[in-house]
Amino acid sequence: MSSDHGLSTDALFTRRRRPSSEKLLDLGFRQLTLALASIVAIVLLAILVTVFQGSREAMASFGLRFVTTSAWDPVNNQYGALVAIYGTLVTSILSLAIAVPLGVGTAIFITEDLIPTRLRDLIGLMVELLAAIPSVVLGLWAIFVMEPAIRPALELLHKLLGWTPFFSTTPQGPGMAPAILILVVMVLPIITAIARDALNQVPIELRQGAYGVGTTRWGAIFAVILPAAISSIIGGVMLALGRAMGETMAVTMIIGNSLNFDLSLLAPGNTIASMLANQFGEADGIQVSALMYAALILMLLTFTVNVLAQWVVRRLSLKY
Amino acid sequence: MTSFSNRSGSVSGTDTDTSLFDRRPLTFDAKLKRNRLNGLFTLISGLFATLAVLPLVLVLVYVLVQGGRLLSLRLFTELPPAPGMEGGGIGNAMLGTVLVTLIAALIALPVGVAGGVYLSEYAGKSWFGQVVSFGNDVLAGVPSIISGVFVYGLIVASRVFFGQSYSAMAGGIALSVLMLPTVIKTTYEGLKLVPNELRLGAYGVGASRFVTITQVVIPAALTPISTGAVLAIARAAGETAPLIFTALFSAFWPDGIFNPIATMSVLIFNFAIMPYQAQNELAWAASFVLVMMILAANLLARWLGGLSKI
Amino acid sequence: MTSSLSQQNTASMSSSDVCMSLQNVSIAYGNFEAVKNVFLDIPDGKVTAFIGPSGCGKSTVLRALNRMNDLIPGCTLKGRVLFDGQDLYHPRIDPVEVRRRIGMVFQKPNPFPKTIYENIAFGARINGYRGDMDELVERSLRKAAVWDECKDKLQESGFALSGGQQQRLCIARAIATEPEVILMDEPCSALDPISTLKIEETMHELKRNYTIIIVTHNMQQAVRVADMTAFFNAEAVEGGSGKVGYLVEYSETEEIFNAPAQQATQDYVSGRFG
Repeated sequence: MSSDHGLSTDALFTRRRRPSSEKLLDLGFRQLTLALASIVAIVLLAILVTVFQGSREAMASFGLRFVTTSAWDPVNNQYGALVAIYGTLVTSILSLAIAVPLGVGTAIFITEDLIPTRLRDLIGLMVELLAAIPSVVLGLWAIFVMEPAIRPALELLHKLLGWTPFFSTTPQGPGMAPAILILVVMVLPIITAIARDALNQVPIELRQGAYGVGTTRWGAIFAVILPAAISSIIGGVMLALGRAMGETMAVTMIIGNSLNFDLSLLAPGNTIASMLANQFGEADGIQVSALMYAALILMLLTFTVNVLAQWVVRRLSLKY
Repeated sequence: MTSFSNRSGSVSGTDTDTSLFDRRPLTFDAKLKRNRLNGLFTLISGLFATLAVLPLVLVLVYVLVQGGRLLSLRLFTELPPAPGMEGGGIGNAMLGTVLVTLIAALIALPVGVAGGVYLSEYAGKSWFGQVVSFGNDVLAGVPSIISGVFVYGLIVASRVFFGQSYSAMAGGIALSVLMLPTVIKTTYEGLKLVPNELRLGAYGVGASRFVTITQVVIPAALTPISTGAVLAIARAAGETAPLIFTALFSAFWPDGIFNPIATMSVLIFNFAIMPYQAQNELAWAASFVLVMMILAANLLARWLGGLSKI
Repeated sequence: MTSSLSQQNTASMSSSDVCMSLQNVSIAYGNFEAVKNVFLDIPDGKVTAFIGPSGCGKSTVLRALNRMNDLIPGCTLKGRVLFDGQDLYHPRIDPVEVRRRIGMVFQKPNPFPKTIYENIAFGARINGYRGDMDELVERSLRKAAVWDECKDKLQESGFALSGGQQQRLCIARAIATEPEVILMDEPCSALDPISTLKIEETMHELKRNYTIIIVTHNMQQAVRVADMTAFFNAEAVEGGSGKVGYLVEYSETEEIFNAPAQQATQDYVSGRFG
């Protein structure tokens, strides 16, 4: 016994037996975090219910015709979202078609030891900061700087390819083409970041193996490194597609918000997101419901794309 | 001193095999197809990288030049002018952005950190943990405008706050919906980086779960968690879509949190498309302030991330 | 002191049939010197083993022989590495060409994310192989003693094989390009004893056609497979923070293990340190 200080260990350690308050605290903390974590699920459910409830009236009136007709007529209460759906798909897919090679190329340039480390880090940092610029600022820049700057190029496109329906209108400021370009700027950092991570995760042994049989740098990149990273890159591209579909501000500011259907990329167009941004504040009656219906379609589109992205990453990922 | 066995003609394989390969001198030959292709692709990827960096440079230059030259004290203290008038400032919008972002952070940070703690420390592989985790991924992919639509339907149209429709509170809630998934994700990933030995060590001296988490695990992951929080706040401060029909806009100074409020992002949107030069200029000035704030927050987050001990 | 000693080692070897020759080679990672003043002549058509405690730079020297260190940022080499009468570090040398003639097998099996067949055919194809590809694949897999395990699943992923089989697939991949020298960097360190034995048998087969240089920390393995052995050691540098590696002794394997000239070698091979 510890007779030196004249106290038994029980007296020195006052909490040999856990008081029930401590057990209660333990349990309480667990339940608190659980409750707060479930807010995520509740919010998601609430979003679905709100949007679904809101769109029921429009669903009942327009049914699936909503997706295939392009009339958007608040005066006669006729609504079809074809213009917006077409615009959403065309702008997002075409912007990806431009941004994917740019982003993956940039990622290769800053991961594959083609330039000094300092320069690589600088380019990486700049692409990351580009992602931080608010959408609305890019929109402002698109209106006052980018669109006037690219107009001559778009006019040239019209001159050369005006005979196809896709370039049949003269460019007059806002339109689908500038919207696509600003979307490229917005999704580029996502694709670059994800491709960069994917390339960095390709094990060094695999690179050495490729160089060991005598490939050039790009031989190794095309034959071994890209195939090993491809599933993550595809996943990243899908995520970027989801973002491009839902992107609102910059697109709204530059797309022209036209309610008329036009195949031409040089003509003003519309997307679901920009239609919501423009009309929601002033809408009433069945127009709100029609907008909710459009929002529901947008949610379904982005949800599908995002789930597909996760599925791709899980299913196609190679074991190395 | 040393002589080499002559191997230029026959290589030490079996004689028949080697003739099937191109054997070339060891010297670099730039004319070779593979070397030309190699150079070409390096050039192309360099060009792509330049194109990727160009927008940032151009946006920053224009924001600095167009917005920076309007910088003055007046900008911070005055209200925006009426259409057609000159001068004015964006004082109310700056205050509004701070206020709305603060509301969003006060909601999203506690909920998000607790959610991350639950996922990392308690959920394990339970079905509920997986539901929350999946829900979080889905919520992260929901377009920002949808969160505005949601809050409009839930709060603005139903006038739950004292019969008020558009309000700073509604805007803050809409932003918090956007912040939540980011905060949960970064908290979760930060906690996952904490080595398990640390938890076992704490349990080993008889600490309870609560004490282990709050006094050992969370402090160890404080850097990644705060980095994530800073980034989430910076992103929310620049968001516009969820605010245009929740917080709306106001030409006046903020009047409590249950009234419409001006924010810099909505101001940029509204003023960019107005046909008045004074408004356009204020949009650039607001962009300048907003971009500086956000870049500073991002650099702060990087600096915080560099401090990480784990 | 050390360098003059190594020079003696070099001189003691017969001057003909030298495959590769390292002349006063020092390698540094940035400011940190990893190995210094290595003189070494590697004979043609023999197996040469590099042994020594970890951190002595033996793998670094091995990777210098086909310019693999180029892939490590900040890695620099002083001195000369002669092969086929040319200094491999001359600015006009194409490292890609060097690696086509000096193949390599790595510590961890690293098959490409391709089919077994493509793993072999890929290297041959980029090396401009003009013969019958099916035949080359079979011959290479046979030489690497992995044909029996692979012949029914040539179209399956290389990852479908066990670790030992993967490593022999990587050996087959290296010999399919018909290099003159094969470098092996601790090829058995990740493998079980039975796979190790099989790979050693493979090496005995291969040395008829190739010069093999192997890094190993398993001394028994060096005794079993190597004709020549180089013992590397590391010493603390004055005022420096790390250790720098150097070549202690290089001779016939038998001599290194039975009658080493240096006390340090004696201590290492008898298991007194390392």
